[in-house]
This record gives sequence, C-alpha cells and structure tokens, in this order.
Amino acid sequence: METRPDYSAPPLPESPAGLLEADVARQAAGRSRRAFIVGGLAALAGVGGWRWLLTRPTDDGTPWPFRRVLDANGRLSQAYFREARLAPTFPKAMATTRQNGNIGLEQSFVTADWRMRVQAYAPAGAPARVQEFTIDDIKALPRVDMTTELKCIEGWSIKVNWVGARFSDFLEKYPLATAGGRAARYVSVVTPDEKYYVGLDLSNAVHPQTLLCYEMNGQPLTGAHGAPLRLVTPLKYGIKHLKRIGTIAFVDERPADFWAEQGYDWDSGH
Amino acid sequence: MKRLVEKHPLAIRWFHWLNFPILALMIWSGLLIYWANDVYRIGWGPTTLFKFFPDGFYKALGMPQKLAQGMNWHFALMWLFVINGLLYVGYTLVSGEWRHLLPDRNSFREAILVTLHDLGLRKGEPPVVKYNGAQKIAYTAVVLMGAGSLLTGLAIYKPVQFAWLMGLLGGYEWARAEHFILTVGYVLFFVVHIAQVVRAGWNNFRSMVAGFQMVDAQHPAAGEPVAGAPARSTTPTLPA
Repeated sequence: METRPDYSAPPLPESPAGLLEADVARQAAGRSRRAFIVGGLAALAGVGGWRWLLTRPTDDGTPWPFRRVLDANGRLSQAYFREARLAPTFPKAMATTRQNGNIGLEQSFVTADWRMRVQAYAPAGAPARVQEFTIDDIKALPRVDMTTELKCIEGWSIKVNWVGARFSDFLEKYPLATAGGRAARYVSVVTPDEKYYVGLDLSNAVHPQTLLCYEMNGQPLTGAHGAPLRLVTPLKYGIKHLKRIGTIAFVDERPADFWAEQGYDWDSGH
Repeated sequence: MKRLVEKHPLAIRWFHWLNFPILALMIWSGLLIYWANDVYRIGWGPTTLFKFFPDGFYKALGMPQKLAQGMNWHFALMWLFVINGLLYVGYTLVSGEWRHLLPDRNSFREAILVTLHDLGLRKGEPPVVKYNGAQKIAYTAVVLMGAGSLLTGLAIYKPVQFAWLMGLLGGYEWARAEHFILTVGYVLFFVVHIAQVVRAGWNNFRSMVAGFQMVDAQHPAAGEPVAGAPARSTTPTLPA
C-alpha cells in the first residue's frame, strides 16, 4: 500500500437539523461581536496598565512597580547565589584594557596620602568603630592574580587581569563586618570625594573573586582605573567595580548606590 | 449553506494574543538595551552593508539614553513572556493540539510546495489541513526560538550563575549575538505572518479571535477520505 500523507479532512458532522442559513449567520455575528468586544476590552486594559505603570511614583529613578520586580529578581538571584560558583577565568594573554567612566575621580588626588577608612559593623547601640588602612596593609594580604570577564551594563565585555587581595581575606584578618556574633548584611563602598558609591550584599563582598585590587593587566592601577585601590567583583556589572576606594562601611540598611539611584538595578549581579 | 466550525481553542487564542504585546514590548525594551552597545552589522572587514541600527532609526523611535528603562521593562516582562510561553506549550501537549503543530517527515516537502504556491510559482492549492507543512515548521520554529531566547537571555542576564550555559552558547559575546539574531528572526516571522494573515482573509483572522470559521456545508470537497487513510476521529480540519 502506498503511504501518502492524509491531507483530507475527516467527514464533517451533520449540520444540526433545522438550522437555517440565517441562524448560522446570526450565531456567527453574535460570537464575533462578543469575541471582539472581549478582545477590545483586554486591549484597553493593557493600555490602561501601561499608563498606570508609567505614572506610578518613582522609587530611585524608576516607577515603583519596576523597582519591586528588580528587587524580587535580585532576591531570587541571591537565593540561587552560591559562594562556590565562580566566574569563568581566562588566560592572562587575553586581557585587554578599556577605560570607561570617571565619576568620583575628578578631584586632584595624592595617592601617597591615601588611607582607606573602614567603618566597622555597629548594630544599633554599639559604639562606632573606624579603622584606617594604608595600601601596604592591603598588599600584605595574600596576593590573588586572576583574569576574568568585566561586563559593562552597556552590553560590552572585556577580559581583564586583576591583582589584589580577597575582600574575604581582608575581613578574616580584620573582622570588621561582625559584631557581637552578628554579621552586617551590606557593604557600602564610597570614593574619597563621595561622588561615586556602590552597595553590595555582604555575601557578594566575601565571594572569593571579590578583590581589593591594586594591579591591572600587569601594571599598578593608573589614576583613570582607580589608583591606588579599587573594587573588583566579577559577579556584578562594571558599575559596581568602584574605582578609588575611600570609605568602606558595614551596615544593615541597603546602602545608597550611584546607578541604582538613576533607575538601574541595585543588585546588578550576575 | 454555510456552517460554523470550531478552529482555535480559547486557550490558544489567549496565549497568542497575550504573546503579541508581550513580545513586542520585549523587542522594544531589548532595543533600548541594545542601543547602549550597538555593535552588530552585516558586512566584512571595513565594508558595512547594514548597521544595526542607523541613528535615524533610534531617533525616530525615541530610543537613545534609555538603558535603565529598557532593562527594567525587559526583566519584568521576561516573566510574563516565559510563563505565557510555558502555558502555551503545556496546553498544546495536554490538549493534543501539538499534533496539528509538530512537523512530520512530509512537512518539509510540503512546505516547499506551499512556498512555491504562495510565491505564484506553482499551481494547485495547498493541502486542506489545519496547518500545512510550512505553517507547522514556522509555528514550531517560533516556539523553539522562544526557548532559545530564554536560554540565551539567561546566559547574558546571569553569566556567572549560568556559566555552564554561557559556555555551551559559545561565551558571553556569542550568547548576546545569538539573543539578538533570534530577535531579528521574530521580526522576519512577524512580517511573513502578517502577510499570510492578510492573504488568508477575514474568515481566517476571525477564527483567531472568535475561534470559529465559516465553511460551506458541503465543505470540503477535497475532504473525501482518502482510500486507505487512517481514520481520524478528531474535530474537522479546515483550511487555514
């Protein structure tokens, strides 16, 4: 037997007895009308929803429903986040340089006078503690050399070789993120001129690839790249890689973040 | 004498029409994001045939400097896009509609014949079935593209958490390019889809809104069962 595709329609059911042409037309018109009215109302509801969304009061530069969704996405991302999950690393030879952004770097600045101010975690009632560090304090910590991909929120990416101290090693030697058996939830990092500032979850800050970085692509950091010390965290977009660290603070409230205030995702994590 | 015959189930119509504005907004917000690093072009060496996109295109659509807005829309609507897509696929599986949609070994030959017919290069009507071979391939392909957008999107949204996926897709830059190419694919699909809907006429369009189609009571003349064809007990299949 020849096997051919069956393109035929199966036999049609009989027309209901006594259904006249006019009845069929009326039935069709009625169903069409109902369907198009429902469709039209749904479309209007969609337009209404759009206008409602765009007229909501803003929360950090974006209508609040968007901020809620971004934060929910961030929480989901943090729930899935594992410290052991590492950003891919690459051969050092693949590293390149691209300079982007100088907010927080505009003031003249003498590297030799630089000190990193760290405001220790002080839960309500506890006395404030501030400790200062020199670049040699940071360089005394174990030296980490890694080549990871820097992803700009604009959509481009480059591989960069970073050298620095693990943020987690820093905290191990100087336990400033904990007090009375409790750990801070967030880390705030601010430039000396306070023009640029980022916030991180503590879990991201202590990720093994989050560095207090002082060398880039085999050279000490240049001014444009944040000399003498910058933040590197390949689990976040470039906007969180703050250049020229001035102050670090361990807090329970979500810290201000320069780009989040402009409507961007506070988490901006990968 | 005309008869009124069911064509598209209510659920499929809702999934279809919800997908339309959601996907349109995903493409629009995707363009707001792409604007911030619009590096793709068609060309070789220093020769560029077409740049994605000319400045006039962005300006005409009011797109420059809206990266944050684009990301916020994109990462909110992604949920609706994925949920609607999963419900659609789940429904076709549970209801058995997938049988009309999934191409079989004859669909590819049939698709060529349908395409030749639609281009006026071949006489003879396409087969009288709910979806012809070309439609089966197109509608299945667009669902696979949706899955592709989800996977490439996840890879560029969370490239560290989904590093394995990013690696499978050829790295971060490739995943972004693939995500973009799939979007170009939707636009091409849309152009052909609209042209075909216009060609097919009102009766066909209405069936996607109201669910039914009007046919001659004797219809289809071509519907005499083929001798030896397996009996089918499903609802009637009709011309698109």
